[in-house]
Amino acid sequence: MTNLAIAANGLRKSYRDKDGDKVVLDGVDLAVPEGTIFSLLGPNGAGKTTTVQILSTLIRADGGQVQVAGYDLNRQADDVRGAIGVTGQYSAVDKLLTGEENLLLMADLKHLPKREGKRRAKELLEKFDLVEAGGKPAATYSGGMRRRLDLAMTLVGDPRLIFLDEPTTGLDPRSRRSMWGIVRDLVKNGVTIFLTTQYLEEADELADRIALLDHGRLIAEGTAEELKRLIPGGHIELTFADTHLLEAARHLVGAGTGAGAAAPEALTLQVPSDGSVGAVRELLALLDERSIDVAEMRVHTPDLDDVFLTLTGRQQKESLR
Amino acid sequence: MSTLTLAARDSSTMVRRQLRRLLRYPSMTVQLVVTPVILLLLFVYVFGGTLGDGLGGGPGGRDAYVNYVVPGILLMAAATAATGTAVMVATDMTEGIIARFRTMRISRASVLTGHVVGSVIQQLLGMAVLIGIALAIGFRPNATPVEWLAAAGLLTFFVVAITWLAVALGLKSPTPEAASNAPIPLVFLPFLGSGFVPTDSMPTVLRWFAEYQPLTPIMETVRGLLLGTPIGNSAAIATAWCAAIAAASYLWAKSTFNKA
Repeated sequence: MTNLAIAANGLRKSYRDKDGDKVVLDGVDLAVPEGTIFSLLGPNGAGKTTTVQILSTLIRADGGQVQVAGYDLNRQADDVRGAIGVTGQYSAVDKLLTGEENLLLMADLKHLPKREGKRRAKELLEKFDLVEAGGKPAATYSGGMRRRLDLAMTLVGDPRLIFLDEPTTGLDPRSRRSMWGIVRDLVKNGVTIFLTTQYLEEADELADRIALLDHGRLIAEGTAEELKRLIPGGHIELTFADTHLLEAARHLVGAGTGAGAAAPEALTLQVPSDGSVGAVRELLALLDERSIDVAEMRVHTPDLDDVFLTLTGRQQKESLR
Repeated sequence: MSTLTLAARDSSTMVRRQLRRLLRYPSMTVQLVVTPVILLLLFVYVFGGTLGDGLGGGPGGRDAYVNYVVPGILLMAAATAATGTAVMVATDMTEGIIARFRTMRISRASVLTGHVVGSVIQQLLGMAVLIGIALAIGFRPNATPVEWLAAAGLLTFFVVAITWLAVALGLKSPTPEAASNAPIPLVFLPFLGSGFVPTDSMPTVLRWFAEYQPLTPIMETVRGLLLGTPIGNSAAIATAWCAAIAAASYLWAKSTFNKA
């Protein structure tokens, strides 16, 4: 059994405002094995940032048992701080200092020896493509550069567990891809990553396990594949050369399954399916037997978008907008 | 390493951060140095001739007034600088870097210590410039080196105290704009004391306030040390005020920072 980098049971947090108590986290359980990427996915206001703030010792939970990096979050907060690195949603760089000075500041605060700190700063500037910008104040950096510097600063002390709170929000596609590459490299070296995002694509690309958070509760958890299997929506789309073939095919599969939505003008037929190789082979074999030629075929498996929208029950609201 | 060495190390790191920031953003420092100099010139050359005659005793006039007004201007400079410190702290708190510091295993107070030491160094430099200019325009102290040291010590103590107060006010302010208003009363305190005119010339209620407010004994002590006027028990009261303001503000700032 692998060790858990994060183990949380019944995490609770509410804030008091003028409308009374507002529950932000309502009993969240988390289990993140070491050396994996765990993604907390949810819409704005779901409680993602609050979760990160609690796990990274910034704010206290109202209730729940939490161990981070093997330490009790409440009683050993300083040990937790020694083991983690945090890159928050808002850039945590000193804008008046240069990139290099920011990294050296982190090295000093991590109590690295002078020479070691300089070496590490240089290495990180190279790794994050900031060598040229290293001597300029961070205020002059672009959003992507600032985010890279931010993450580089988090890495100075080689933390075992890294929190990334919406690391690519507001970045252009190229910067986003480069950030993904960096995150994947980190995990190769055995680091655990706790990532929050509102982009399904990002969770799908990076995470070993995904938890869906909505209104302070986890509504689903599993690998991307497991989550996709939770909801219907998979089908095989067949395109035919003419209406005769389409009709024949429809008759064939329709007779067997009672389903099969046809779009005569596009000459396509949708057959419900889980999209597995076996199901595709079976369908094609059936059509082959009757000599019905298929011009084109596409397999559609539900993506995380379907999962997300179905499970968070926001499909209606979103489509009305 | 023990907790104390770590705290000292983190604090010195934060002081270096703060000094570097001050160098990178010099307009604030320039403003803090220039404003009191302008006030000094204004009071000496515009009001000084008339106010000096009203001091009573001695020859009066502009020359007497330069000597009288310097301690008041020095304290006013410190109060003006406190505004700058409060704004800087409030601005810093809105930056993500502070959240980063909070998630690191460092001495938490070191963030505040960095601000305080940085501001104190900035203000002492400003005071040195101010005294230099005062000497150039006719300030004639008769202090011995020991008296100079004592005056410098008391001013430094006051600067430390008022800077911790400014840090606490900056932490309490919801925005940097609010932080720039909070220390304004401090800037007016030298006027409502013995900073610019002797307190006996004021109406009763005002005189009562002027004699008992913390800045008056401090100004009287500095004046006594540098110019040989009677000090009486002002030195003890001044030291007590500085110690009380420093200690209360330090605790206030620390608990505010830890709570946020």
